[in-house]
Amino acid sequence: MSELLQFAFSGLTVGAVYALVALGFTLIYNSCEVINFAQGEFVMLGGMTTVFLGLAGVPLPLAACLAVVVTVAVGLALHRLAIEPARGSGAVVLIIITIGASIFLRGAAQVVFDKRFHSLPPFVGGDAIRIAGAAILPQSLVVLAGAVIILVLLWGFIERSLIGKAMVATAANELAARLVGIDTRATVGLSFAISAAIGALAGILITPIALTSYDIGTLLALKGFAAAMLGGIGSAVGAVVGGLLLGLLEAFAAGYVSSQYKDAVAFLVILIVLLAMPRGLFGRPPVERV
Amino acid sequence: MPAYAKTGAVIAVLLAIGAGEACAQVKLGAVLSVTGPASFLGDPEKKTLEMYVDHINTKGGVNGQKLQLVVYDDGADANAARTFATRLVEEDNVVAMVGGTTTGATLAMIPVFEEAQIPLISLAGAVQVIEPVRKWVFKTPHTDRMACQKIFADLKQRNLTTIALISGTDAFGKSMRDQCVAVAPQAGISIAHEESYGPRDSDMTPQLTNIKGKPGVQAVINPGFGQGPAIVTRNYRQLGITLPLYQSHGVASKQFIELAGAAADGVRLPASALLVAEKLPANDPQKPVVVAYTDNYQQKTGQPVSTFGGHAYDGLMVFVEAAKRAGSFDKAKVRDEIEKTKDFIGTGGIVNMSPNDHLGLDLSAFRMLEIKGGDWTLVQ
Repeated sequence: MSELLQFAFSGLTVGAVYALVALGFTLIYNSCEVINFAQGEFVMLGGMTTVFLGLAGVPLPLAACLAVVVTVAVGLALHRLAIEPARGSGAVVLIIITIGASIFLRGAAQVVFDKRFHSLPPFVGGDAIRIAGAAILPQSLVVLAGAVIILVLLWGFIERSLIGKAMVATAANELAARLVGIDTRATVGLSFAISAAIGALAGILITPIALTSYDIGTLLALKGFAAAMLGGIGSAVGAVVGGLLLGLLEAFAAGYVSSQYKDAVAFLVILIVLLAMPRGLFGRPPVERV
Repeated sequence: MPAYAKTGAVIAVLLAIGAGEACAQVKLGAVLSVTGPASFLGDPEKKTLEMYVDHINTKGGVNGQKLQLVVYDDGADANAARTFATRLVEEDNVVAMVGGTTTGATLAMIPVFEEAQIPLISLAGAVQVIEPVRKWVFKTPHTDRMACQKIFADLKQRNLTTIALISGTDAFGKSMRDQCVAVAPQAGISIAHEESYGPRDSDMTPQLTNIKGKPGVQAVINPGFGQGPAIVTRNYRQLGITLPLYQSHGVASKQFIELAGAAADGVRLPASALLVAEKLPANDPQKPVVVAYTDNYQQKTGQPVSTFGGHAYDGLMVFVEAAKRAGSFDKAKVRDEIEKTKDFIGTGGIVNMSPNDHLGLDLSAFRMLEIKGGDWTLVQ
């Protein structure tokens, strides 16, 4: 019993990390149907910038805020310099551009920062909380709470605010959106800025648990993408559920099956789910908006 | 065309003079992974070689001749290493070579140097470099098999015989895991349970929970490299496991202590004497060598010393000492003298080579360290 609980805690810890990354994909996808593969690099930038500002003597809360600002600036630059000039190209071209941007950001981070691993102190107490023979770190709860808060804000923003609606409209039909008076360029730019902020926050929250280095982005983007697909790409609730599910799958596979094949087991389950429900668990059925 | 003939003659004479001058310098080759994923190994190696070749030359060189170091960067690519090896042999005419940084690069270069009959002193870790023994190939770093044996010897002293392994699935973790499994029976150690983790995993509590639930396990060994062992150590304490935890020489750097934080307290690992230079007892034969190297390296580069640069120091010095004994740079004579290296005190240990041992280190080369209060302490 305590084993089961421990595996669940482990899965929730890892799953919360994936959920935070997956949330970052949601917004950009909702505004221009592009999957931003540089999302993992936003996570890396958030963590690394905080670490290095901290090393330079900046108090950590301020360093974290500055890291979000820096990452948002990078997100806006990515939109202005790489995505915007290619406007009108298909989604596939834009996705390839984001892959290029991710490689560039990784290379730049290697030069600006360094190639070592770094950590941050946990936000609240470092001692594990013990429940029925299983242990969970307080920081894991912080990450989980962070994922839920971002989820609620994001959901409110997309579903309830005018700007959020404008984003969905832009994704549905850019020309029509412009005709009804939406500044589509600014809308897409804003989605990059907010996604970068979510990524940076994720990076800051997970660094005390998962550590950070210039090249963590690739794997996080992949796992986050898998989580987003599982939950249904474009759905904020789906991103969080997908992330947590993926984490739990990995933990139970590692605990009960074999640590060698835990990734394989997790991806196998995702494949089966996607075969049965191609839009993911919370994906909206494709509706042609006329 | 007498004018052309004259010019040609002049050029020929100039070339001859040039060649004559070049001969006063003896070329020493080095193919290192200065950039790329193994740069944390290759970079200190290059700095060390440059620093000490300069040092030797200002003191008059070796056998009355100055050394010229020829460094090529293979970027941790074995194909590139082989190309550079051919260039060192055919164009640069080196008398010996210190390098490859990685096992892959070294194995790719060995045939080139064996065929050209030029001594090669590798800085790579794996035991395959010197096993089977090849006539022209030597190496300086400890092997992962020795790390396993050192840990097992320490376990024996604490009367612990049943262990669990949790290893990384990267090349380093896999290779050391295989070596530990291979030497465990003859050390009288039984492995009750095995787990593994991906080099990028961020949580290893499920694997450790399984180890915790296994009856009879008395200690846990974590062959691994990079950030994985730091997370294993943190999760180990998170779960409240109290069994002794052993890490490998792969994490023998201050960075491991920084990443694992307070959880690192009580962790033991085998490491080179270089890491604890200041803490060695005054009568330790290695103390003067490791303290001098540490001071020189830190003064010159402003960076903390690493065992990897130390391996390059050992390789260079083994070559220099052998060339001095040979009295010339005749490749065959230098090779024979390298093989006869006895009681050479390097940063990695005391080297005693023989025709069937081209490494020459025994278990005393590794020191068993325990982390206490965020710093290394010598066990015993």
